[in-house]
Amino acid sequence: MNTEAIVNLLYRVADDALIIAHRHSEWTGMGPILEEDIAFSSIAQDKLGHAQALYAIMHEHFAQPKPDQAAFMRNAAAMRCCQFVELPNGEYDFSLVRHFLFDSAEMFRYHAFTDSSFEPLAKLSRKVIGEIKYHLYHAQTWMVQLGAQGNEVSRARMQSALNEAWPYALGIFEPGPFESALIADGVFIGEEALKEQWQTFVSDVCRDANLTIPSDVEPAYGGRSGYHTEHLQPLLDEMTEVFKIDPSAEW
Amino acid sequence: MTVEDVYAALMNVKDPEIPTISIVDMGIVTDVTVSDTGDVHVTMTPTFVGCPAIDVMRRDAEEAVDQAGAASVRVDVTFDTPWTTNRLTEAGRAALLKHGLAPPVEYDTVLDLTVLNNAACPYCASHNTTLKSIFGPTLCRSLHYCNNCLQAFESFKPV
Repeated sequence: MNTEAIVNLLYRVADDALIIAHRHSEWTGMGPILEEDIAFSSIAQDKLGHAQALYAIMHEHFAQPKPDQAAFMRNAAAMRCCQFVELPNGEYDFSLVRHFLFDSAEMFRYHAFTDSSFEPLAKLSRKVIGEIKYHLYHAQTWMVQLGAQGNEVSRARMQSALNEAWPYALGIFEPGPFESALIADGVFIGEEALKEQWQTFVSDVCRDANLTIPSDVEPAYGGRSGYHTEHLQPLLDEMTEVFKIDPSAEW
Repeated sequence: MTVEDVYAALMNVKDPEIPTISIVDMGIVTDVTVSDTGDVHVTMTPTFVGCPAIDVMRRDAEEAVDQAGAASVRVDVTFDTPWTTNRLTEAGRAALLKHGLAPPVEYDTVLDLTVLNNAACPYCASHNTTLKSIFGPTLCRSLHYCNNCLQAFESFKPV
């Protein structure tokens, strides 16, 4: 198996989870209603667990840094997350739409991973999908609730958030340098195949939500090779501030 | 020391978030082996990947088996056997109820989350209940309201 290819793949997925977890956690204490505050906080905690488990696999199998070091000691250029996850939360409509588009992709991604020839990833993924099911259920409920079942204002806001999010959502599937190796080794079905599954599902839900997916949009690529928006480095600075005071501290 | 002795010791280790239930009844312990020389190897699986209680439970399990007289103890946490709520024992489900938590709905192979819409109330057992939120005070709980006895309650989420 191509080790470099697997490490690259795992950093993409782990960094996505880490950064979206941080963004979701910014709703803690700030949610529009208590239940939503708890929902975003819980999802953040789950995602952080997923990131930690993935960093732990890389540490154990591929001699990568320990999870805390991997999460807190890399700068923006070293991060392999897509740009989508690093965008500021904005209004609640944008956070919800991003949550839906991202978690739909995660659901199909981890489902594909359950058949991975890289056994530690397959085992973890069988566990993770049980959790993402709840994340997606939450997101999907609100898409329909505020889209088709809301009023003119809520539908318009969800549509506008969808338009804004779409190019970045397509950026989730930015192909990496090792796509063919990962596919050939049976590690992963590849970003292109994943995107097809995702697009079919997302189209169905958006139709139920009476929302229109924008057409002819250029994907926002770059994140997977370390080219990020101006929002990532300030996020990292804040997230790592305490850890960097004493990286060797025992917690 | 026998495998039964180890399980007996582990029955005293509780989930710090739900102190009425042991890690054995919770289904967290997936395997126990004891060598001829009394070296114990325990395997555990976390309820949620990001469960903050797992390190405490791992440490408590080590201590409990050590105090029961094991020559040595090793506790590993792996995802080899994924935890699901179907792993809860009958005693475990009763312990949840005692704690005021509705036990998780049991299911076959594929879980449909709409089962949460009518969770049984832990106070009056009515199914005339409303799901308020699929996320609760810990990762493993959801929030409900009973239309029969007019009580808010929490349920252990099926996963």
